[in-house]
Amino acid sequence: MRDALNRALDTALAEDPATLVFGEDVGRLGGVFRVTDGLQRRHGADRVFDTPIAESGIVGLAVGLAMNGWRPVPEIQFDGFAYPAVDQIVNQMARMHYRSRGAAPMPITLRVPSFGGIQAPEHHGESLEALFAHVPGLRVAAPADPLDAYHLLLQSIRCEDPVVFLEPKARYWDRAPLPEDGWAAAPAPPMGAGRVVRAGRHATLVAWGAMVRRCLRAAELAAEDGVDLEVVDLRWLKPLDADTVAASAARTRRAVVVHEAPLTAGLGGEVAALITERAFRDLAAPVQRVTGFDVPYPAGPLEPQYLPTVDRILFAVQRTLEY
Amino acid sequence: MPTREPPAPRLHRAGPLPADLARRLYRLMLTARMLDTEAIALQRQGVFPAYVSLRGQEAAQVGSAAAMDPERDFAFPTYREMAVALTLGVDMVGYLASHRALWHGGLYNPLTSRFAPINAVVGGPVPHAVGWALGERLAGRTGVAVSYFGDGASSEGDVHEAMNLAGVLNAPVVFVCQNNRWALSVPNERQIAGGSVAARAAGYGMPGVTVDGDDLAAVHEATRTALERARAGGGPTLIEALTYRANPHSTSDDTSRYRDPAEERAWADRDPLLRARAAMEASGAADAAFFAAAEAECRAAAERIRDGVSAAPEPPGTDLFDHVFREPAPHLAAQRRVWEEEVR
Repeated sequence: MRDALNRALDTALAEDPATLVFGEDVGRLGGVFRVTDGLQRRHGADRVFDTPIAESGIVGLAVGLAMNGWRPVPEIQFDGFAYPAVDQIVNQMARMHYRSRGAAPMPITLRVPSFGGIQAPEHHGESLEALFAHVPGLRVAAPADPLDAYHLLLQSIRCEDPVVFLEPKARYWDRAPLPEDGWAAAPAPPMGAGRVVRAGRHATLVAWGAMVRRCLRAAELAAEDGVDLEVVDLRWLKPLDADTVAASAARTRRAVVVHEAPLTAGLGGEVAALITERAFRDLAAPVQRVTGFDVPYPAGPLEPQYLPTVDRILFAVQRTLEY
Repeated sequence: MPTREPPAPRLHRAGPLPADLARRLYRLMLTARMLDTEAIALQRQGVFPAYVSLRGQEAAQVGSAAAMDPERDFAFPTYREMAVALTLGVDMVGYLASHRALWHGGLYNPLTSRFAPINAVVGGPVPHAVGWALGERLAGRTGVAVSYFGDGASSEGDVHEAMNLAGVLNAPVVFVCQNNRWALSVPNERQIAGGSVAARAAGYGMPGVTVDGDDLAAVHEATRTALERARAGGGPTLIEALTYRANPHSTSDDTSRYRDPAEERAWADRDPLLRARAAMEASGAADAAFFAAAEAECRAAAERIRDGVSAAPEPPGTDLFDHVFREPAPHLAAQRRVWEEEVR
């Protein structure tokens, strides 16, 4: 996935001279995850540059640059450090277009390495999607595999609106096979579309980011017991593809939402509500949620007990099947 | 180990302005003063829910903004920069529409006006100015961003981040801190450790200039110098204009709870309009006939704007949805249908 994101950034920098990549350590180092590796060498230090450690300032710079006709792609190094930038993201980046009645363009893609699963220190593994999905004026994306990461990042950068782009750190090392004829040749999914990554008949699992892979693993295990699970990858968390989710739940009549973030007021509640609103008569059981717990993100040894496990996903599937 | 004293900021002084410039700026200051008075009246009449007066800061605002080139520079205000807007030629009915609560940020076009939307988070727009300025440098253009904020905002983290970024990036930006002594009810000594905003500039690698903010010529000259420096690639400058907020923070505020009335009376002696007039009389830039004519012209201009903003129509309900995104958003389209069927 790192390569895919790198290629998307490289493509975006090459196709539009207004595109700028900046943040902490993204230049000479190529980013702490090497997502921006080589970009400064290829595109110059004016277009790919390091900034001081100043998250609010980084996003604030992006807002001013966007007002001046640029297409900024700033990086926040780790999810927990987006909190110091919340005013600039929520009060400024998300609202400047509205505040200016459409005069000030805000085509900013804020890349945030996100979610847990890599035993990182405190503040290096947070799930912020519900926070940003709740903010009017922001779009939120979270890819689950390399090819999607490529397409979703390019779509976000080309989009005329601000996008918070949540990259699942746990999938950075994912080297899923790619189309033989290369990245660009693979058809891009429609903007904003979710996708059914595995078709099934008995229940729908809805997930995003690294949890998509975990749901696919759960589906493989369930299949051994003759339970055929459908897996939906949201891809876009705001606006989310309600049609794809509701249609899948209506088809299988049962749904389980899986996310890393804490349960209360998480995006799983939003997905459950939309399924209930749109497919209530088709449902055979209440929508189940498998999520992180309402606790601060735990230290490394406890991480496997915090994140939704394949077992917990299968327990939830069992509850809906037995309802 | 010897400690390093921060360099004492120098107090910028200037000779009299050229006569025609002095007359033009005096008219702007007087119009701002009269429009400010009209705006307070509109609040009393219930037309404005609230208003923030700039009375006392006319020289700091007009003097600095008049040094800008409205063809290529760009101002980033907070919410007390009405005289900056006036000087830059912003549509003042559109500007005051924000105070009538017709639209957050104002109803003028900020890009063509070169004056960013009004912003109530006082430190928030400061890094925007740095980003805009960096964009000018990267594009090989010569525009300069001017960031306006107050003594209260100077305590906010965004201002420090912005100044450090400007220093590191050598951004063509001029920071104009209008130190009006009071951040709502909190005086300078409880707001600014060390007592000086300009003194901080040394730590960000830029010149820090203190200027008598009620001296029109001094503010203008200091800003002109800083703009030239930025335009020539010299990087950012921090100007601290020492002035006074003569009125309460807003029409909802009561200064008797925190300010000595004697202080407010003392300010009246250094009113920037009286000082500008005295300077013009001393230099022979204007006579009694000029001041009489200016009084009538500026009053008429202020009344025209007042009538315009009073009569401005409320925005249509569709504006709720029209400016959120540039690209289609299905969830908003669905919510707009609900609004059309159930609210409109």
